[in-house]
Amino acid sequence: MTHFVKAWILAIGLILTPTMLSAQEALPAAPVVDPAATSTVEAADAPAAAEAPASGLDPALYTPMKPTPGIGMPVDGGVDFQQQFSPTGETAHWINSAILIPMMVGVSLLVLGLLFWVVFRFRRGANPEPSKTTHNTFIEIIWTVIPVLILVVIAVPSISLLARQFEPAPEDALTVKVTGYQWYWGYSYPDNGDFEVISNMLSVEEAAARGEPHQLAADNRMVIPVGKPVKLLITAADVIHSFAIPSAWFKLDAVPGRINEKVLQIDREGVYYGQCSELCGARHGFMPITVEVLSQEKFDNWVRANGGTVKGEAAEPAAAAVTTVNETTTETAPADAAAATN
Amino acid sequence: MTTITADGHIDDHAHDADHKPAFFQRWFMSTNHKDIGTLYLIFAIVAGVIGGAISGLMRLELAEPGIQYLQMWATAHNGMMGGGEASMDEAYHLWNVLITAHGLIMVFFMVMPAMIGGFGNWFVPLMIGAPDMAFPRMNNVSFWLLVPAFLLLIGSTFVPGGSGLGAGTGWTVYAPLSTSGSVGPAVDMAILSLHLAGASSILGAINFITTIFNMRAPGMTLHKMPLFVWSVLVTAFLLLLSLPVLAAAITMLLTDRNFGTTFYDAAGGGDPVLYQHLFWFFGHPEVYIMILPGFGMISHIVSTFSRKPVFGYLGMAYAMVAIGVVGFVVWAHHMFTTGMSVNVKMYFTAATMVIAVPTGIKIFSWIATMWGGSMNFKTPMMWALGFIFMFTVGGVTGVVLANGGIDDNLHDTYYVVAHFHYVLSLGAVFSIFAGFYYWFPKMSGRMYNELLGQLHFWIFFIGVNILFFPQHFLGQQGMPRRYADYPEQFAYWNQISSIGYAVMLVGVLIFFINIGWSLMAGRKAEGNYWGEGATTLEWTLSSPPPFHQFETLPQIK
Repeated sequence: MTHFVKAWILAIGLILTPTMLSAQEALPAAPVVDPAATSTVEAADAPAAAEAPASGLDPALYTPMKPTPGIGMPVDGGVDFQQQFSPTGETAHWINSAILIPMMVGVSLLVLGLLFWVVFRFRRGANPEPSKTTHNTFIEIIWTVIPVLILVVIAVPSISLLARQFEPAPEDALTVKVTGYQWYWGYSYPDNGDFEVISNMLSVEEAAARGEPHQLAADNRMVIPVGKPVKLLITAADVIHSFAIPSAWFKLDAVPGRINEKVLQIDREGVYYGQCSELCGARHGFMPITVEVLSQEKFDNWVRANGGTVKGEAAEPAAAAVTTVNETTTETAPADAAAATN
Repeated sequence: MTTITADGHIDDHAHDADHKPAFFQRWFMSTNHKDIGTLYLIFAIVAGVIGGAISGLMRLELAEPGIQYLQMWATAHNGMMGGGEASMDEAYHLWNVLITAHGLIMVFFMVMPAMIGGFGNWFVPLMIGAPDMAFPRMNNVSFWLLVPAFLLLIGSTFVPGGSGLGAGTGWTVYAPLSTSGSVGPAVDMAILSLHLAGASSILGAINFITTIFNMRAPGMTLHKMPLFVWSVLVTAFLLLLSLPVLAAAITMLLTDRNFGTTFYDAAGGGDPVLYQHLFWFFGHPEVYIMILPGFGMISHIVSTFSRKPVFGYLGMAYAMVAIGVVGFVVWAHHMFTTGMSVNVKMYFTAATMVIAVPTGIKIFSWIATMWGGSMNFKTPMMWALGFIFMFTVGGVTGVVLANGGIDDNLHDTYYVVAHFHYVLSLGAVFSIFAGFYYWFPKMSGRMYNELLGQLHFWIFFIGVNILFFPQHFLGQQGMPRRYADYPEQFAYWNQISSIGYAVMLVGVLIFFINIGWSLMAGRKAEGNYWGEGATTLEWTLSSPPPFHQFETLPQIK
């Protein structure tokens, strides 16, 4: 029983490690539960799925970018993660490739090798008289301590990755409010005049006509500037959805009556696809996420094409204030609470 | 482990010991733990066939991108209830009904009844030298609650549940999809089904705990108790502590749905995420409920076929206790993307990884049991060897998913589907098959066919690996769970996966041929047909054991 006690001491130590780490980092608790909780009822009457044609935007200001095959989307017969374009995504992908996969392969092969060895060496033909060994304290300590050490090796980078993923966006970061509806997404830009982009899936024909992958492509995209942390405020109007961009290692649930916040940064211009990742009813599989990442200049033009205001050149001086607090839409009172904590 | 000086045959000649009641009284009003165990096993097989057939429909639809059959099936489903041509939304809803039914059936009506109700009822009293369970009538109530529960669940698929017929909420029944998002009686029926199944399991758990604590044969201390009994004891405690939480959570769902409460509705001061916390406070112990009895069975099988006592008996027993205890404090790793604070996410990452340690102790102790043994490779041992390796594979992907920061990309993808099928479909189900072949002759009195058993193992083993391994790739590439259709980039591995299902299906057919053949033409089994490696008390009895056993209690030295 000694090894059991030992396992517990080590286990407790392992639990405490991240607590100490996180205490040093003194991080804010990013997501905020909505205290007012008045949003869902009003939001349920949100704009219907009918949308303006995508080409409705002024082509002088914005033309939808063509996706690069194999970038920001799955590839045929692919086995690994999608190529990553966010700083934390690259780290996470590295942790998986450099630490977790070797751990998985190593442990699995060790067990498989041991199994083959005992099957070969201790089969009845080779070993007719079984030994009577029933325990060996030393080996039991070994196979308790070594797994603990392996877990610590995993835990250190994993916990620091978590800390990085929760770093808050800078004060002047662009805010995009993402709302999940049954069954489409809405993206509103409170910093830019609070217009909302309604994003529905393209049909097979439309997607083919635009040269985009079916079931991943949406008519109107969420557009963000390249290489900058963008603050996403994610919520839902009806049931829980989940906003995911696999090539940015990004997934956060859209929960009605609650604003979840997370920083999204994509370091390459391009088109990135994701899909709703929480069961949300009949058309759960058919409300894709399409993110287009543009240079700041092109982003500003896209904002203008949508009738929005570009920061710093707004018509009404009052609206040019840096803070997002008073610019959010009427149905998004909770956003204030989230923004206020930053 | 234990030295046995029992002679179970004595009571064969006792007055009414082997007097069996007439058919109806025996099978519908039973108070006999072996008959109730048999009923549970038959029930689990029936439910497993239905749940497995549903997964066959899903793999058929997923074999190619696009919707091939779903609308046709939805129209047929509507037709059964007098409805007409199904719309696309009804077809998509049917998909959600299929995934929901598959999950609930396999968890509550296949794995749990087989392991706890079936093998637990049959072998816990036999292994501890008890004549029966502590509360034989309650045992019968446990079983007969499960039947209406199952009928309610099946019935729920034929009544309106939102976009179409049936409950399309997933087995997790998350609010608000299950409250405001699903209009109609289907979800109410499914919830009531869970209530009944939960009550059944709580009664069973009380019965097992009482039996194990009070009815062990003289001399059998807790530290001499067979590991399968240990595993059922830990499982019973997990059931007893976690199921009431589920019952409370789904009762609040019912009142939210029907009586205007707002436990899970932010607009009324509630919180949808609260439901998830409550559900997973039950749901995580539940996954250990589904695997712990398997751990117990594998220990006996490995020991029997190595002709060697279990290595590190105390470590094995307390590793299960540790898994049970730690299993209660890791639930929120199922909710890493709900928007938890960083500290909470860090805690649940670390706590979850801790579970790998006692699990590792078990894996290595099984190997050490074989080390120095004199192994033969009868069908139960093949399943046990397959279990040890496949459970390891499922375990290491669990360590990956435990990392909150890594899980952000894998959450709700096919990687998770692959992970939990490796620990359940290749873990729990392998151990059920291992236990079934190990004890089938003991229960039926007839040997199974070894060749068919080996064929079943190899075909099933190859099939499920082709079926589930590619799903890791799909998940890493980003394919979400619970999708009826997918972008064509995912087509390749989905097709391979569906082929794997077909291979597995052949294995299952061989299993049924084996059961049929063995029951009709199998060789008569002796009391201890496995020979000197089999040391627990059930091997001191005839096969099948007398209707009432251990009227003279065995003495354990």
